[in-house]
Amino acid sequence: MADLATTHDAAPAARARKLKARDLKAMPGFKAIAWACIVALYLPLIVLIVFSFNDNRSVVKWTEFSLRWYQAALENEGIRNAAWVSVKVALVATILSTIAATMAALATTRAAAFKGQGLAYAIINQPLMIPEIVTAIATLSLFSLVKYVTGITGIGYLMAAHTAFCIPFAFMPIRARLEDMTLTLEQAGADLYATPLQAFRYITLPLLMPGIVAGAMLAFVVSLDDVIITLMVAGPGETTLPIYILGAIRRGITPEINAVSTILVGVSVLLVALLFLVQRRMEK
Amino acid sequence: MSGAQLSAAHAEAGRRARNARLGLLGPAVLIILLISILPLGITVVYSFLTPGTYGGVTWEFSTAAYVQFLFEEDIFDGTLAFNPAYLQIFLRSIGLAFGAMIGTLILGFPTAYFIATKPRQQRTFWLFLITLPFWTNILIRTYAMLLIIRDEGFINLTLMNLRIINHPLSILYTDTAVFIGLIYTYLPFMVLPLYASLEKLDFRLVEAGYDLYASRWKVLSHVIAPLAKPGIIAGCVLVFIPGLGAYITPELLGGGKKLMIGNMIAIQFGSSRNWPFGSAAALILMALVVIVLLVYARAAGREAKAHG
Repeated sequence: MADLATTHDAAPAARARKLKARDLKAMPGFKAIAWACIVALYLPLIVLIVFSFNDNRSVVKWTEFSLRWYQAALENEGIRNAAWVSVKVALVATILSTIAATMAALATTRAAAFKGQGLAYAIINQPLMIPEIVTAIATLSLFSLVKYVTGITGIGYLMAAHTAFCIPFAFMPIRARLEDMTLTLEQAGADLYATPLQAFRYITLPLLMPGIVAGAMLAFVVSLDDVIITLMVAGPGETTLPIYILGAIRRGITPEINAVSTILVGVSVLLVALLFLVQRRMEK
Repeated sequence: MSGAQLSAAHAEAGRRARNARLGLLGPAVLIILLISILPLGITVVYSFLTPGTYGGVTWEFSTAAYVQFLFEEDIFDGTLAFNPAYLQIFLRSIGLAFGAMIGTLILGFPTAYFIATKPRQQRTFWLFLITLPFWTNILIRTYAMLLIIRDEGFINLTLMNLRIINHPLSILYTDTAVFIGLIYTYLPFMVLPLYASLEKLDFRLVEAGYDLYASRWKVLSHVIAPLAKPGIIAGCVLVFIPGLGAYITPELLGGGKKLMIGNMIAIQFGSSRNWPFGSAAALILMALVVIVLLVYARAAGREAKAHG
């Protein structure tokens, strides 16, 4: 009997010691895989960036630090034009999609759920649901039909296509922000005889601003980075930076491509880092 | 005010709210209906037309696009013979996308778990490390991968300098390169939803598992994995669907030789000038995606019911 009691007491204690030695949450090998993934995710980009500063035609053998490929890229007419087209399209798409997304978010969050809300969400998120290549050729088909019927051409088509696929990206953070906001402040405003427009202008909009900024930044990054839809829809003279880079890679690898790529990656990283800061502020 | 007046005022207010809601929803819904959903309808129509000589379509009804998917017409006597070329491209795409899904799951689960079990302050930083590639241009990331795995790329030069190999490993322009590229591209798409699930994990259940003498593997497969199921399903869908329609990865790393569905569709709208066939192929791809989404919706619905 005594024997039994001692083993009964000893076992959990021994196990507790064992458990403490190996952390409850730790899994063997997981840490190594996680680190390997981070290295694998960043190593190619780091190699690309490092060799954009290489004073040599080679993108693999390091000779000396130099900015000559950046200079070459900035002096390249094709790259300058493409960058301008990219910025123009991204700005228009960002402004239009953010306004539309903000309105839609206000309609779907500030009141009780309504009939058709699920359908509205499904429509707004539709561009995320289907492969980009399908959207790309479908949009091309529609636009070629419209061009044939109306005879109107121009960069407006590309801007319209970008606006459409930017909406769900702008919508996400704005809706998330609105869902976290209570109605009490607006109600207090209404008690103090604020008109609905005043309440929106001086209460809702300032509170919503971080969400709108986050949405606009996402839309801008997504538009700036788009390849497939732009590849299909863009007409002559509407080459964006990613399309220029794709063409340049097909012609042959040069450090100039590394330089342009580094600039484009830099812009995305900067915007996403800002976004992270904005969102952390929102959480506080 | 009488009761009738009150209810009339109520109805009026309700109507106003509804109109305001419609007005607010209008622009976003209209833009997407016109520029994203209407085009799909056009694609259905185009898939039943005849290709134009210089691209585009001529308005003559034809089912040739769908026939061409499986059969080849003999130019001399017009008989149809089974041609598996396009079917093979579809099957290869499904295989590659499925492989990438499994590969990212095997790599992504431990990564997400590791991040989710970090102290709270460190998690933000790790999450940022995963999110950054997610928002970085896929074309540039794929180009960076190409620089690494080329015959004279970073990996081969390093291995040769270390005298591990004498001849460069020829990876580029093979299925292996496309497979590696897909995993590299879509790994963040797997880690993020997995993390969202694992972060909410109740570790008292893990402790209970160990208390009941479960081995580490048992705890992982019988406690943690089932609890992370919504994240696993979401991650798999987020990798499989874009992987299936991938265009850039096979274009750059497959060198245009190892085609996937995405490239095949793009070629029909480019050099092949067969818009109806391209439209038909895109719709078949869409059908595959819809099937995956329906399976996902059912699985997600079952999960929601099971955990009420």
